[in-house]
Amino acid sequence: MTLTAISSNLLYTAFIAYLIATFVFGGAVKGNKKGTFDSEQRWGKAAIAITIFGFLANLGYFFTRWTVSGHAPLSNMFEFTTAFGMTLVGGFILIYFLYKTAVLGMVVLPVALLIIAYASMFPKEISPLIPALQTNWLTIHVSTVVIAEGILAISAAAGLIYLLKVVDLTKKSKQRFWLETILYTLVLVLGFIISSSYFALTNYEANFQYVNKDGQEASVTYNMPPVFGMNESVPATEETLTPFMETPPLIDARKLTTITWSLLVGTVLYVLIRVVTRRWISQLLQPMMRNVSTQLMDEINYRAVIIGFPLFTLGALVFAMIWAQITWSRFWGWDPKEVWALITWLFYAAYLHLRLGKGWQGEKSAWLGVIGFAIIMFNLIVVNLIIAGLHSYA
Amino acid sequence: MEKTQCKCGYVNPPGTNLCETCGRSLTEKEQNKLLADMRYEGVARRSQTYNKSIIDKVWNFFSSVKVGVGLIVVILIAAAIGTILPQHMYVPATGETAIKAYYSDVYGSIGRVYHFLGFHDMYSSVWFIVLVGMLAISLIIASLDRFVPLYRSLKSQRVLRHPSFMNKQRIYGQGPGADDTLHKAEAKLKELKYKVRMDKNGLLAEKGRFSRWGPYVNHIGLIIFLSGVMLRMIPGFYVDETLWLREGETRAIPEAPGYSLENLKFKVETYNGEGEDARFSEAIDRVGTVVKNYQTDVVLYQQPEGSLPGATENLEFVKEYPLRVNQPLKFDGYAMYQMDYKLDELKTMTFALTDQQTEESLGELTIDLINPDERYELKNGSTVELLGYYPNFSGFENGEPQTASPLPDNPGFLVEMTTPTTPKGETSFITIQNTIEPFGDNQYKLTFQSAETRNVSGLTVRKDRTLPILGLGGFIFMIGVAQGMYFNHRRFWLQQTDNGDILLAGHTNKNWYSLKKDLDQVSEYALLPAFTDQQEDMEKEGKPQS
Ligand code: HEM
Repeated sequence: MTLTAISSNLLYTAFIAYLIATFVFGGAVKGNKKGTFDSEQRWGKAAIAITIFGFLANLGYFFTRWTVSGHAPLSNMFEFTTAFGMTLVGGFILIYFLYKTAVLGMVVLPVALLIIAYASMFPKEISPLIPALQTNWLTIHVSTVVIAEGILAISAAAGLIYLLKVVDLTKKSKQRFWLETILYTLVLVLGFIISSSYFALTNYEANFQYVNKDGQEASVTYNMPPVFGMNESVPATEETLTPFMETPPLIDARKLTTITWSLLVGTVLYVLIRVVTRRWISQLLQPMMRNVSTQLMDEINYRAVIIGFPLFTLGALVFAMIWAQITWSRFWGWDPKEVWALITWLFYAAYLHLRLGKGWQGEKSAWLGVIGFAIIMFNLIVVNLIIAGLHSYA
Repeated sequence: MEKTQCKCGYVNPPGTNLCETCGRSLTEKEQNKLLADMRYEGVARRSQTYNKSIIDKVWNFFSSVKVGVGLIVVILIAAAIGTILPQHMYVPATGETAIKAYYSDVYGSIGRVYHFLGFHDMYSSVWFIVLVGMLAISLIIASLDRFVPLYRSLKSQRVLRHPSFMNKQRIYGQGPGADDTLHKAEAKLKELKYKVRMDKNGLLAEKGRFSRWGPYVNHIGLIIFLSGVMLRMIPGFYVDETLWLREGETRAIPEAPGYSLENLKFKVETYNGEGEDARFSEAIDRVGTVVKNYQTDVVLYQQPEGSLPGATENLEFVKEYPLRVNQPLKFDGYAMYQMDYKLDELKTMTFALTDQQTEESLGELTIDLINPDERYELKNGSTVELLGYYPNFSGFENGEPQTASPLPDNPGFLVEMTTPTTPKGETSFITIQNTIEPFGDNQYKLTFQSAETRNVSGLTVRKDRTLPILGLGGFIFMIGVAQGMYFNHRRFWLQQTDNGDILLAGHTNKNWYSLKKDLDQVSEYALLPAFTDQQEDMEKEGKPQS
């Protein structure tokens, strides 16, 4: 087996281990019936052992890939996003040893699974570095950012658990609506993964010629049946579906098509869950949160920000500026990616001030933690794929 | 407002809530609380005390955390709006009108509105800068408002506090003690690295006071950073110039008096997917070519002392350097960066002067497209005179040829050819594609033979004397953040009353759990009375905390 093959097998191993650990953590939470923590302890031990095994495999993937390519695997969308999933699990393991919270594993691991699966929808081959990326500062900058974001995501997970426990789901309220929206969004990610995997496995491909926004001829390959067509597009492959609608040149119809399929599949899935169980997803999860200590979740939420914020400052601002100064001759250029790192940082600064100065703890802090994660994901997904900038990985 | 004298005799500044020396509650509101508000030690903050003059109002506005967070959020939203469409520096258009047209052509009415509102230049707009300025003012005022009185109060705090201060602390205990209780407690606390002070029948143990300065230190770091950014507007602190340098050319470096740079060679290398690069072959197959290296081999020269500015003779060699992306050339506080390039710019063009009928050649001439000669002598006394040269010919205006730029992208030549058979001379206008004979048919023409090209390298010259200031600001910020977040300020007060009872109180600004652990250790050794966490008790009983 080549090192490249070993590397990707290690990633599969990690994925499977996280999947199993999710259910074992679920067992730990269920086993803890009347707050007797004995069985939580026993199941919890097994679950964390499996998680650590998966994490080691994940590290194995990371370092073997590094060996093969000669640079840290943090240089494209697949690599960066996978690393984010990995640091999320790493952050969870750290917190688990401090607080022994099985329920956190039950929430963090599925999210990490979604993130890794999402990552593998992007081109996975080992790619060479363009000149701007050939510097150790890139490795230092991106690895610090990805660790910081992994830890900040733990804050969101603790916040989510807090909300699942305290939000009253029997009455109609803004809180209930938004909580369910968060869960629905996670299902949509699953929709993206399912639809992309399905069309990839069936080798779907359709080619078109079109006129781009600068008025030039260009070609495009769809990997999903084209719902939307590019500006003045003409099929280049035979027997392709005719797009239902053509978009103006400014809008990338291929991306819009992917988004549409993901929304479609995700929504169908969500509706299925609702119909089969006759419950909201938040209602399905709430009983599992019965024995959760809200104080502890609030503590984890805050702790994670306290560790994550300085790290994020270092990685996303300080190291990023050093890199930009060396590479682009200016430490700051108001590139969208930079601006969104600044926005994330400002947001967490506001979180800290509200908590310290205005006493925003408990539920308010929990919401802020979740919103912080949403901003991080926005930067990762929307800014990378839609608002293209210098850092664009797409 | 008047100064308040406490029962203990100490005269406190107006607006004080807890006496700075003994800790008695001074205001009625404070007296009615079950727990003392220890946030800022009950000191008098200017913003909480005065609200009369306009200065008071401005001060109070900027010292409020609500306003501070408000400013942060508004800046955050403005920053986000600036990413909806690309900023003007990232669009392929130069000049006000062209940029305006670009937004409306490419983004339609949304683009027009975006441009109209000035969002295309968000981050240097006046109001964005004003917002950041207000943030800076808020940082300064909010910090001063809290830091100054807090510092004074912590500095002058007394060991012996009034019992009413002790029993309003969150950690409180009371019970019988022995003769050596205080001394044993002192010994244990010192072992736990507390600074301990004794005064008569009292003890104050304190640890990590410096962590209270964390927020103020980090705010100072931010202020230093922002002042560094402002300094760049002062001439001399900041240089940002572009230098286009052709292969073989030597030019003075703009804004770097006395220095010149020669371009020996510029090259672009790509990954070929073989050998070392075989591991990347799959990716290269998918995306086509991937660039591996942009490099200009340069030589840096310096003028000898005392020579005329701009003179390029007698240059002294300084160093030879392969200038690559990520490896700027540094000298004397300047840095030169590989930023851009143009491959195969025309260098020279060679023509033959030929008879249109016989195709007989009277010889060749080579025109240097950067510094063309005015006259070219050929065989038998024939000459070609260059009447006009248009490096980037863009058409005629009022019959005059025009050039769009001084770069030889589309050279046009207006020539007069004189030969023994045509002594009066014939005029012709030549471009790459065609030849125009403005005064009727000519006998001779210039026939294109060959062209030489070379690469041009685009370099950025940068000097930024603010970088050390920015670095210092960032460093201080990080120190302040760590100082405030990873350390905490813990205090214990012990007092033995005349009848031998021990009063015990504890306070920390963060992390009560560790404080209690410390106290447990001391209690075990010195047999202190049991203590309670009064806030937790109140929460359990469902009383509102105040
Ligand atoms: C980008 C801007 C800012 C950043 C990054 C920042 C950062 C921080 C940090 C990290 C802390 C310590 C938090 C903790 O220990 O949990 C803090 C505290 C604080 N900040 Fe800021 N800050 C900013 C702007 C402001 C502004 C505009 C104000 C004005 C009201 C302000 C007022 C305060 C106050 C009052 C504290 C608490 C001090 C204390 O209670 O001891 N900050 N800040």
